[in-house]
Amino acid sequence: MTDTVLEVRNLRKAFGAIVASDDVSLDLRRGEVHALIGPNGAGKSTLIAQIAGGLRPDSGCVILGGEDVTACDTAARARRGLARSFQVSALAMDMTVLENAVLGAIGAQRGVWRFLGSALGDTRLVMPARSALARVGLAGEAATRVADLSHGQRRRLEVALALVLQPTCFLLDEPLAGLGADGSAEMTALLAGLKTQAPILLVEHDMDAVFRLADRITVLVYGRIIASGPPDRIRSDGEVRRAYLGDAA
Amino acid sequence: MRVEILVNAALACGLLAVPLLAHVMGEPFIITLATRAAILALAGVGLNLALGTGGLVSLGHAAFFGLGGYAMGVLAWHAQMFTPMSLFGLELAGTKSMPVIWLVAIVAGAGLSALIGFLSLRSSGVYFIMLTLAFGQMVYYFAISWPAYGGEDGLSIFVRNGFPGLNTLDPIQFFMVTYVALMLVLGGMALLRRSPFGLALAAARQSPARVQAVGVPVFRLRLVAFVISGAVTAFAGALFADLNRFVSPTMLSWHTSGELIVIVVLGGVARLYGPVAGAILLVGLEHILGGVSDYWQVFLGAGLLAVVLFARGGLIGALAGRAVAHD
Repeated sequence: MTDTVLEVRNLRKAFGAIVASDDVSLDLRRGEVHALIGPNGAGKSTLIAQIAGGLRPDSGCVILGGEDVTACDTAARARRGLARSFQVSALAMDMTVLENAVLGAIGAQRGVWRFLGSALGDTRLVMPARSALARVGLAGEAATRVADLSHGQRRRLEVALALVLQPTCFLLDEPLAGLGADGSAEMTALLAGLKTQAPILLVEHDMDAVFRLADRITVLVYGRIIASGPPDRIRSDGEVRRAYLGDAA
Repeated sequence: MRVEILVNAALACGLLAVPLLAHVMGEPFIITLATRAAILALAGVGLNLALGTGGLVSLGHAAFFGLGGYAMGVLAWHAQMFTPMSLFGLELAGTKSMPVIWLVAIVAGAGLSALIGFLSLRSSGVYFIMLTLAFGQMVYYFAISWPAYGGEDGLSIFVRNGFPGLNTLDPIQFFMVTYVALMLVLGGMALLRRSPFGLALAAARQSPARVQAVGVPVFRLRLVAFVISGAVTAFAGALFADLNRFVSPTMLSWHTSGELIVIVVLGGVARLYGPVAGAILLVGLEHILGGVSDYWQVFLGAGLLAVVLFARGGLIGALAGRAVAHD
């Protein structure tokens, strides 16, 4: 299957007696949005951390672009095309929006071992950074310090930093977290356009957005996948309704 | 930003003008003070890359400073005793040439900081501080207990080392050597800070997870910064030992590490000229307050407290205002 960009196989991770990932397998195919949902404590964050590289699974493997990356750290996975965003914005707060985006370009171009020459004077870094900012509607804020941005703008900068990596897949951890109705609508539109560039593995609590965006949905409860399939089937799945949607929707 | 450039220029000019004036007026002691300030500033500039830009609070930089001092002491001692040293079966002559001594100090400083950095940088925060302190003290106790090079008493060098074409025994000429060294390193740091490497290093201080997530290996990034930092501080150590014509384990003790941190904090953490301001301030206070009271360090402590509480940007911050993002 050359269509599969990212694959997780039989991932297992336990913290003491608590099994946070219990034989989890899923994949992400070209052109799709695959949403990962589940109630709090379902093990979504643990799973994300194992996919992104921050956490080693006890067993199982993560395959990115046909290559087993289970032994790779976060940076190595990013260089192999995995772009993640963070649930709680992880940005260089004292830097400008443009500098943050340029950091992404430095990572994408493996230009960090250049000790001379101005980063902000290098068009090869600044051009892709600016175009990523334009995509998320932050072109006008390029010179603003990140600390002075609104929450919604920071969420969009998170997406810009994933975009500038020109990844083969996106791993977006609650990109809508904390956004108001307008912000959510804007972000949903932004994400819908993103999937043509690279498929998205989306972790999100906002069910409206999930059902609008997702081509497939996987439901995680107590570390196990209880259902996986197209949105219609998930919506009508009895077990899912009981475990999750029932009290959310 | 513009104000900061003016402040920097004023510091650079002042540090040059005072000893030149002292030279004209025949006050060699003032020149020695300025030389001391320039050398401590250089050591602080080294530390500032790790501590300021990188956010790596090292309490072990005395190890690099002292190692640079011992590089000078050992090489010059062998030269003045006309006894070659044997290293891995090789017979090597000592030297009284500053450029050679500097090169040895820089290489040794880089090597030691690579080792200490490699072992310490996997931790962060307080643990990193404690690890660097522990490694620094290991080097200190090693120097005390190793009798070959003076042990606790240190090494005295009879005549200051030479620099081709200069008479380094002349205070103003030796000052110029240290001043030019400081300015060249500051120039290099200015370039480094705005380079992709410098931007990533500063970003890794603020959000290591992000830097990792864009594919930049944070550990290696910090290690390289730590090595550059240690090499610069070792260079300063060689100059410092040459100024005093003496090196002893005191240069390696954690008090020295603390003093270097004080220089950086007083002047302004992560400011390019912060260590220059800090070193001038420290040497000046030491001289002026030291004449007023034996307990001058009490006042220094009070000053440091005031800086930490009220002027987080140090002297540069107080004069030039808040830093404008990353420069």
